[in-house]
Amino acid sequence: MAAGIRDKVAVIGMGCSKFGERWDCGPEELMVEAYLEAMADAGIEPTQLDAAWFSTHIDEIGTGKGGTPLSIALRLPNIAVTRVENFCASGSEAFRGAVYAVAAGAADIAIAVGVEKLKDTGYGGLPTGNMGTFIPQTAPNGSAPGNFAQLASAYRAKHTVSREDLKRAIAHVSVKSHANGSKNPKAHLRNVVTEEQVMAAPMIAEPLGLFDCCGVSDGAAAAIVTTPEIARALGKKDLVYVKALQLSVSNGMESQHNSWDGSYFHTARIAAKKAYLEAGIERPRDQISMIEVHDCFSVTELVTMEDLFISPEGQGWKDVMNGFYDADGQVPCQIDGGLKCFGHPIGASGLRMLYEMYLQLQGRAGDRQLSNPSLGLTHNLGGAPASNVCSVAIIGL
Amino acid sequence: MIGITAFGAYVPRLRLQKKAMAQTNAWLAPNLMGKAKGERAFGNWDEDAITFAVEAARDALGPEDDRSHIKALYFASTTAPFADRLNAGIVQAALTLEPTIQAADISGTQKAGVTALAQALCVANGAPEGADPSILVAAGDRRVPKAVSAQEFDYGDGGAAMVVGRNNVLAEWIGGAASTVDFVDHFRGADEAFDYQWEERWIRDEGYMKIVPPVLTRALASAGLEASAVDHFILPSTFKGIAEGIAKRLGLKPEAVSDNLGTIVGETGCAHALLMLAGVLEKAKAGQTILVAQFGQGCEALVFKVTDAITQFKPRLGLSGWLTNRKEETSYMKYLVFNGLVEWDKGMRAEKDNKTALTTLYRYNDGILGLVGGRCQVTGTVQYPRTRISVAPNSPEVDSQEPYKFAERAAKVLTYSADYLTYSMNPPNHYGQIDFEGGGRIFMDIADVEPGEIDSGTQVRMAFRVKEWDDRRGFTRYFWKAVPVR
Repeated sequence: MAAGIRDKVAVIGMGCSKFGERWDCGPEELMVEAYLEAMADAGIEPTQLDAAWFSTHIDEIGTGKGGTPLSIALRLPNIAVTRVENFCASGSEAFRGAVYAVAAGAADIAIAVGVEKLKDTGYGGLPTGNMGTFIPQTAPNGSAPGNFAQLASAYRAKHTVSREDLKRAIAHVSVKSHANGSKNPKAHLRNVVTEEQVMAAPMIAEPLGLFDCCGVSDGAAAAIVTTPEIARALGKKDLVYVKALQLSVSNGMESQHNSWDGSYFHTARIAAKKAYLEAGIERPRDQISMIEVHDCFSVTELVTMEDLFISPEGQGWKDVMNGFYDADGQVPCQIDGGLKCFGHPIGASGLRMLYEMYLQLQGRAGDRQLSNPSLGLTHNLGGAPASNVCSVAIIGL
Repeated sequence: MIGITAFGAYVPRLRLQKKAMAQTNAWLAPNLMGKAKGERAFGNWDEDAITFAVEAARDALGPEDDRSHIKALYFASTTAPFADRLNAGIVQAALTLEPTIQAADISGTQKAGVTALAQALCVANGAPEGADPSILVAAGDRRVPKAVSAQEFDYGDGGAAMVVGRNNVLAEWIGGAASTVDFVDHFRGADEAFDYQWEERWIRDEGYMKIVPPVLTRALASAGLEASAVDHFILPSTFKGIAEGIAKRLGLKPEAVSDNLGTIVGETGCAHALLMLAGVLEKAKAGQTILVAQFGQGCEALVFKVTDAITQFKPRLGLSGWLTNRKEETSYMKYLVFNGLVEWDKGMRAEKDNKTALTTLYRYNDGILGLVGGRCQVTGTVQYPRTRISVAPNSPEVDSQEPYKFAERAAKVLTYSADYLTYSMNPPNHYGQIDFEGGGRIFMDIADVEPGEIDSGTQVRMAFRVKEWDDRRGFTRYFWKAVPVR
């Protein structure tokens, strides 16, 4: 394995817009909001930026294609802007680009900005994406919740969990995220809910009810990265380092070969293993301080706890019910509310996860600050269980 | 000997209760209360004349997916989806019949079903000695009359199929006759949605009673058969007593008159005589004679004699099997929605453009219409779709795949969801990963299913269905769906 990214790059500034139904903002204003906060945090001038990575997923209703939307919105000094897109993991992709540019010595300081303006569609939920010309002729006319809901039937079948037990476990996932989100002023959804409320909500895609689904939100997030040397030269102390950056992409095995049983994310297990190796982590359940996972749906979060090797296989639902991942549990998960309540502006989400880890590591997370976290993991997934891209990043002190 | 060598039927699962239809509309059309008996079959939203014909053909051809013995295909329908694209070509592709066959659409009249069968018999008869001239005749109709009409009660949806040939003949072709008369009992202009009907009494007296008998007489004469010797008389008509009246006039035995399935299926257009024939053949005994006729701008009649081989053949389900596979439906509104008879609020999600890239459709034609995937000749790994590099983990063989047919393989649900969010004509939209016996996996829609009916492990069969309509361009897109085995 390559030497890896561990401790070669530091995060010196981050910003995140308020997420939610931002009727007042287009994608440009959202990007400016995140950018100004990140630049003020880093304490640098635009002329100090060498390159930018820009992530957005659905260009049809957002910014349009290319790098120009970011450059124009931020009035960047004609530096390189690379637009990246990798489904819902696009934000992590922008971060990877910026981090690798710095590590390669191609840029001293680079910025990653992710944005998504979803509430210009005219209806709730996500719009249907372009899938090329072959897939629409065969694949079902589905939705994101319908794709992820399929984890439930396979997980139940594999681990002989009853419909009721699984429904209650995934309800607890959402209850916990709402409790966390209620303490986050930038979160889209800040209401506290009960398990009974979650379980009684209207069905969206069996077994996922309304509260099992994350917010469809507008928002942007940004990260500024540089070398540890430049960071110190800029006067930064207690640096937050990039410890691992991994991405695993499905090759069709899950969707076309009978060896996958449908109950887990093949890619997440590969990305997690590589990330732990890169970061030098041997016992993730004991060593990771906190995690932000891609909880697009409650059941996704539940199986992800196992895919990240924090809960033993088939036992994730019990850890969830026992409060292991609650704010006062051993490994707090979605301490900012997660996709569920902070919201899910697709191209921004990977960077939003890192934003919370960064604040927590610096002790700046306000009411939801955890005590002395040292390692934060973000898990950012794009696609569907049967075909996806999975990013696992670890940052820490 | 030339005759019928296989037969099959298809009746869609939903059976609209005529009492519910009549009661819903009693305020508007109290005269229709008299038709409030029994039920009529209607297709799911994703079924049409072609999918009915494909299902009926599969019922006749059985699970063997090598169908290279079929040399020609005649598809009969007056409700085919394309006015200019060979509808029989879609049936050919779905059934993975050889591309070297002759295929034709036979249409334009309600007697097209029997005409197609007569054509097939004539062509088979002309084949050289020693050849196996197996010809598939597949018929399907989904007639959509105006809402709250008498026809809505009388019509049903379905399909039927016959294979004719020289080997293993179940019913020998011993005679026939035809006539062509421009008697317009109803018509549908080329760009019109609905039929225009003339008065029933005139159709009965001047049409059926004067046009049909002489054709039957000539058919019987050509077979050298006395009218009283006919064991089964098949003549579809939605008018009460027509077949009985003609039988009486010609001296056919009253008990020979076949039930027109009016209270259990409804009249399935030009497929109906063949559907009734499929039902008769299921029960017919060796030595019995069958007179089958259909009316429409003239009349076409055929005479058959059942052979000893009749005991050697069973369709996969047959008419009797499909009749049992039923779900009572009391929602007239569902019938209206499935037949496009009401402008309902489909929501913005329905606005997505369903334009089909015809280039892509052609490149993957056997995969999309025939559900043909690939099998790696090195590792034996089976997959869908067929690709240049095999999906087999750790054995990505290149260019190693041969075509592999999935449509007739047993399969089960690996994962599923019932999706209430996505646009569907019949929510919730069920879909999931389907695993096939012998290997292979396809992500596909699950049709003809009720919420709570399936789970991981449920056995399913493949069904050829409408995938989507492109209303902007008038194109129908087809693919296969999983249907629970019942």
